[in-house]
Amino acid sequence: MSPSTLGASGRDPAEITVEAVRDGTVDIADLRIHPDQLVHQAEVAEAHENPQLGANFRRAAELASLPDEQVLALYDALRPYRSTADELRAHADSLSETGAVLNAALFREAAEVYARRGLLRR
Amino acid sequence: MTTPIGRFRFMDAQLVNLDGFAVEDPSLGLIAFDAPEDPKPSLVLDRDNRVIEMDSRRSEDFDVLDEFIARHGLDLDVATEAMELDDVAFARMAVDPAVPRAEIVRLGAGMTPAKLARCLSLLRPVELGLAMTKMRARRTPSNQAHVTNRSDDPLLLAADAATAAAFGFREVETTVPVLGDAPSNAVAVSIGAAVGSPGVLVQCSVEEAIELEMGMRGLVSYAETVSIYGTEQVFIDGDDTPWSKAFLTSAYASRGVKMRVTSGGGSEALMGAAERRSMFYLEARCVALARALGSQGVQNGGIDSAAVAGSVPGGVRSLMAENVMVMVRNLEACTGNDALMSESHVRRTSRTLPILLAGSDYVCSGFGSIQRYDNMFGPSQWNSEDVDDFLVMQRDWGVDGGLRTAAEPRVAELRTRAVDAVRAVYRHLGLGDFTDTWAAQAVDAAGSKDVPAADLMTPLVASRIIRETAVTMLDVVAALYETGFEDEAGRILAMLKARVAGDYLQTAAIFDEDMRILSLVTDPNDYAGPGTGYVPTSARQSEIDTIRQQRSLEDLRAEQAGYRSDDLTVEDVSGTQAAGNDPRDVVIGVSPAVGREIWRTLSGLSVVDALRELLAGLEEEGCVGRVIRVNDTIDLGMIGLTAARLAGSGIGIGLQGKGTALIHRRDLPPLANLELYSVAPSVDARAYRQLGINAGRHAKGATPEPARNAYSDEAIEARYHTKVVALVGIERACSEPGALPQQLAVQR
Repeated sequence: MSPSTLGASGRDPAEITVEAVRDGTVDIADLRIHPDQLVHQAEVAEAHENPQLGANFRRAAELASLPDEQVLALYDALRPYRSTADELRAHADSLSETGAVLNAALFREAAEVYARRGLLRR
Repeated sequence: MTTPIGRFRFMDAQLVNLDGFAVEDPSLGLIAFDAPEDPKPSLVLDRDNRVIEMDSRRSEDFDVLDEFIARHGLDLDVATEAMELDDVAFARMAVDPAVPRAEIVRLGAGMTPAKLARCLSLLRPVELGLAMTKMRARRTPSNQAHVTNRSDDPLLLAADAATAAAFGFREVETTVPVLGDAPSNAVAVSIGAAVGSPGVLVQCSVEEAIELEMGMRGLVSYAETVSIYGTEQVFIDGDDTPWSKAFLTSAYASRGVKMRVTSGGGSEALMGAAERRSMFYLEARCVALARALGSQGVQNGGIDSAAVAGSVPGGVRSLMAENVMVMVRNLEACTGNDALMSESHVRRTSRTLPILLAGSDYVCSGFGSIQRYDNMFGPSQWNSEDVDDFLVMQRDWGVDGGLRTAAEPRVAELRTRAVDAVRAVYRHLGLGDFTDTWAAQAVDAAGSKDVPAADLMTPLVASRIIRETAVTMLDVVAALYETGFEDEAGRILAMLKARVAGDYLQTAAIFDEDMRILSLVTDPNDYAGPGTGYVPTSARQSEIDTIRQQRSLEDLRAEQAGYRSDDLTVEDVSGTQAAGNDPRDVVIGVSPAVGREIWRTLSGLSVVDALRELLAGLEEEGCVGRVIRVNDTIDLGMIGLTAARLAGSGIGIGLQGKGTALIHRRDLPPLANLELYSVAPSVDARAYRQLGINAGRHAKGATPEPARNAYSDEAIEARYHTKVVALVGIERACSEPGALPQQLAVQR
């Protein structure tokens, strides 16, 4: 679909050979998908009648540059009874600041619905 | 208590009666379709195009599922049109080949869960099949295997993953009996799968956060066990909300890792919180939610609760309808046939067959490619003992269920290489050492019970080291390369590199063996009636057709030639025999191929031995036997009659090369006889002796008690008819009209 795709680190996957891996010059980060590529995949999904899959890829594009630990922590914060509404909104604010506006919206929505359905930390 | 009559004692003892069957009970959610309290479909929007009522519930009363579906899951531009459409009209469109898949997808996107449930509950079984053929996302069907074992033995996991890949599975799912073993299992299965084939997707099913972490480190290439449920209570009990699941879905995509969610009818009833709704309606909520979350696909069709659905009327149909619903929502369908839902082979075949025939993105969402006892998900609907059955069913119907025959030497070679590769990598990375005995047992094993040498601490220690020293799949690639497994290193690296492009994140994506992606985008289903849609390539059709058990005429000829004997020779080449005068003279007529191309009967006895028994039986009665070969007919009646007409006693024996035999008398019409031994595979040496004795008694004018044909409840025709066709063909080729009989000599 997009033949010359660079990884999140900016490295060309064509350079990533088994020899390069053996030589220790490849980092797992070189094999991370670039946010732009996820936006491209969102466009493909939308063109194939699945706007929700597209929205998922757009949220993923925002997360692509976050460290693993932060992503895992954010996931945990959204699980039931883990966070107060303020904590969820605080996550939303910091996500917004880094440009992750779609994920921020998800957190704000969760704060609202969790309050109504009793899913906040007590 | 009175004892039931014998007929019912016998019926009660059948396997199907080990299954549980429930009286339909909506109060417990034990109802497949249309519970009295299933909501009436509705969708009301306010002036700002916000959903204020869905499926008879006002937005202030929405639970978390309603809320998420209403906010994210529906195409509101098409909703009015879709909700006004008559249920039957939509159901007809779903099966009508003239209505394109895209149109069903467009309208389905605007339908609420209750609406789509109503429409699809109208489809009869065969209509579900048609809808599945038309609506599945990917054109090319595929299949997924479970690869696990009781001891998390890395060598056996690798050998079994390579075996699964050899049999054609394009996804392999593992899990653990011991949570701490997960990283080791993921590494071992990934190596094994890479030995078996390029492009096999691998996942390790564990707790959500741990599974995500393994995905991030490249230890797995997809995730599936992201469970969702149809009622709020059960969803929250599963320690997630639709928002956390949506985030998780994006987290996987952010690392370029494919994922699908798991649901399935009956799970809510199983957990005692079905809210008096039908299984199909609750599943409709799950599927709508899956689409709303942005998951590319769904594994459903009961899964762990398939037996719950199977216990109620129409439940098996509802399982297939769930799969079709996923397809209508434009998602990848991994169509159950996963957890074993019946003790009965008839019933589990009945449950799976319609889906195998219709074709699915993954016919099974977990074919147990290993032993039942080794399946740490629990026994599957299909297990390693069923691989040949499944291959034969594919061949019977000429359909692609994703599997292919693998030759034994090839599988032996792959298993050895998989075991060697894991040993090399674990040693190289300091994860563990394996004895030669262990390795040899793992290569040969049908299951973990055959690997007593396995040490249970090894996977645990390996996993701890993987975690503590942050081993990634790149380290595994380097280790494979360093230890001489360059192809496998390249294959695993290729899977990691696929993350960068992300093309396999698209709906229903798998890799073929050339690492080409087959998905909704690259391989869209274009079924539009007979003559359209997926057709296997001729190479693939040949894989489906060519099972290892098939035999040709040449195979049979060679097998027969292997039993050739010098003890049966032509004595009189003149071809002219006068009828005997001796009243003790009994003639044994054999068919044209005997002593030329046919040497062994279907019972496994050599033709020469059969003749020796006949001659000995005649001798016991004081008669003298002669053997002639009748060369102008293959009809056993005519052969026997020809022999009888040449015999001084007027009694003849007819013997076909395949072993069928009879006693004839010269004054009888050709198709009549005195005794017939028709079931050749069960005619053994003793029976031929008895036949000789009885023929001798007939020659002396006595009336012997006829021998009773051996009884068998085996599928005797299934076992032997292919051979019979070939043997008759050989006989026919040896037979020549007008050819005279020849006298044969039997070395006694």
